[in-house]
Amino acid sequence: MIRSPIRAALVAATVIASAPLALAQATTSAGEAALADGTPIKGDAVYKAFNEKAGIDRLTDDFVHRITTDPRIAARFQGANLTRLTFELKAQFCYLLNGPCTYAGKDMKTAHQGMGLRNRDFNALAEDMQKSMDAEHVPFWAQNQLMAKLAPMQHAVVTK
Amino acid sequence: MRSAQFLACSAALAVGVLLCGGAYAADESAAPLSTADDSSQTGAAPSGGTAATPSPDAAASTSLSDFVDSGRLLLTQGVSNVEGASGGGLASWAVISGYETNDAVGGNAHFTYLNLPGYTVRDFGGSVGLFNRVELSYTRLQLDTGPTGGKLGIGDGYTFNEDIIGAKVRLFGDLVYDQNSLLPQVAVGVQYKHSENGALDEALGAKNPDGVDFYVSATKLFLNNALVVDTTLRLTKANQIGLLGFGGDLNDTYRPEFEGSVGYLITRRLVIGGEYRTMPSNLGFAKADNWFDVFAAYALNKDLSITLAYANLGSIATFKNQDGVYVSVQAGF
Repeated sequence: MIRSPIRAALVAATVIASAPLALAQATTSAGEAALADGTPIKGDAVYKAFNEKAGIDRLTDDFVHRITTDPRIAARFQGANLTRLTFELKAQFCYLLNGPCTYAGKDMKTAHQGMGLRNRDFNALAEDMQKSMDAEHVPFWAQNQLMAKLAPMQHAVVTK
Repeated sequence: MRSAQFLACSAALAVGVLLCGGAYAADESAAPLSTADDSSQTGAAPSGGTAATPSPDAAASTSLSDFVDSGRLLLTQGVSNVEGASGGGLASWAVISGYETNDAVGGNAHFTYLNLPGYTVRDFGGSVGLFNRVELSYTRLQLDTGPTGGKLGIGDGYTFNEDIIGAKVRLFGDLVYDQNSLLPQVAVGVQYKHSENGALDEALGAKNPDGVDFYVSATKLFLNNALVVDTTLRLTKANQIGLLGFGGDLNDTYRPEFEGSVGYLITRRLVIGGEYRTMPSNLGFAKADNWFDVFAAYALNKDLSITLAYANLGSIATFKNQDGVYVSVQAGF
């Protein structure tokens, strides 16, 4: 399913924290959207730079494919409901990018409790996110805005 | 002699690359293992409910990739500077050598070449990063006087040699993660320096061929603005960072000196910027000027990065306006 089509785009730029979300949602129970511990980016310039909702959806499909096939962290997603994961991540990225999306769910800390995630897991996810943003042709400055939102989630996500 | 140095450097680089290659190979080979390990346990996870996580990392199988993860993001270790520490080209930063995370080790080998009107500077060494917490470094610094040596009366090609052994500890803060606060990454460091030209240093007015520098660095990445900023305070007696010994006829006490760097990230791989570093002027025979540079550092990948700079070291041993091209290659993991 993940290998499915939507791989049109590929790769992107400077992140760090989508990892927590993805890992969290993939492995927690039903994969409820974990509420991003952060406020949306102000204005609409960054949202537009991500090619709005369609771009975020493409990026997320690409991203989920990457993280679930990245040998460094793929095992973390074994058995996860990837359809659900993709759905939740789209909502979360869209929310953080100040798009017309909402979601509710656990906070980052709760969502990742007991997973034993390490910095290397978090960073691997961040690098996959960079590639996905590159693939979506998101400019570097805009990538950095999302990365700056995601990076601090490390404090709640990484427990080892 | 010179070729021997290049050989040594090439060897160091080769070792670095080999280590890197080894690390990546280990990563790939370890992946299937950990997947296999997890798969037997993860079956329970989906139905298991909330915190029934998939097997926590495949701790059972210990492999090289557990200790060599190259798990930090590109350029987050800075580059090896003239004193062997991680930082910019001239300044030391609070970052720790290598791309290791807190669970692993990393390291680098570097070679640096600086061509000045009156001198040639060569610098080669290596560093190890432990758990993104401690950095240990060694570098050998050479100031080759070339024809200037004759004019100074010490002979053409006279070369000042210095060994620098450094240790740095990151105290708190994280360069990358702390994007929601102004907290910088902060580290303290110590550098033991030994000049091999003790007799000449003394004749020039220096008080000691050995010295110890102490410094504290604060490095902050402003990801929103693609800026990295460092300020460092150093206590030192070193004349030309120790190449001309320590202390002098004008002053033999520790003085606080400042190092500042600003870098702008053009891409994940490329940062450009400038640095400024104040220097003590302890020797009566030759005033020392502050140093500055403008640089571009490019990371081809986590194994290899190259730094190009224009560096201006001012007056060195009475020869003024010593500026030129700085090239540094660094290989590591």
